[in-house]
Amino acid sequence: MSTTRYRVTHDPLRLDDLIDAVTASLDGDPPPGPGALSTFVGLVRDHNVDRRVLRLEYEGYEPLALRAFEQIGQETAERWDVQMALHHRLGVLQIGEASVMIAVASPHRADAFAACRFVIERIKQIVPIWKHEFFEGGDVWIEGATANPDDDGARENAYRLASDG
Amino acid sequence: MQVTIRLFARLRDLAGTGELARDVEEGATVGAVWGTLTGEFPALAEYESSISTAVNAEYSRMDSAVSDGDEVAFLPPVSGG
Repeated sequence: MSTTRYRVTHDPLRLDDLIDAVTASLDGDPPPGPGALSTFVGLVRDHNVDRRVLRLEYEGYEPLALRAFEQIGQETAERWDVQMALHHRLGVLQIGEASVMIAVASPHRADAFAACRFVIERIKQIVPIWKHEFFEGGDVWIEGATANPDDDGARENAYRLASDG
Repeated sequence: MQVTIRLFARLRDLAGTGELARDVEEGATVGAVWGTLTGEFPALAEYESSISTAVNAEYSRMDSAVSDGDEVAFLPPVSGG
């Protein structure tokens, strides 16, 4: 059983690993029984804008990505009563494969849902990972947000999206 | 002094390499390293206003100082998830 909360890996992701990481006790005692568990799985889509996507290749700056995961974990814990796990895959992914998984355990379902949404929004803002999209007729690097972990406005926007549902 | 420069995603494609070692002056900033890089690879200059930077795998600023042996990374806008 894996209890690694934060992971960047070229191997296929397994949701059970994340669920174990947020529900299993670390010291061998019975699990605390969080009451609510919310998960998010991001999958490779077969289209983007008007392009027919063939596959994605994910690249990451792994040590900085893990530090960004830690920061997101701290920001999540400051706002909600939750335990969070976050795994992101790198390398070649085919259509339908999971690129990212999030699990959030909490005593309260509202916190679990909100924190899960916050984490995926924050990933898209500050985690140094990039999609290289291969589509019918060409390829393109997808470029989203300029990562700035100290941008309070971006963080507040992620909190707002999470709270509005 | 010498630093290791790391480039990712399209920056890596434009430079043709993801890692290179370059000599920079003592007391150089991340911005000075970027200047060295764009001098060598002018195509990178279009990213001047949209890159993020890191020193030794911690986010930094353009005016952050670098030291001998540091790893200085330049990151185009991110697209994880």
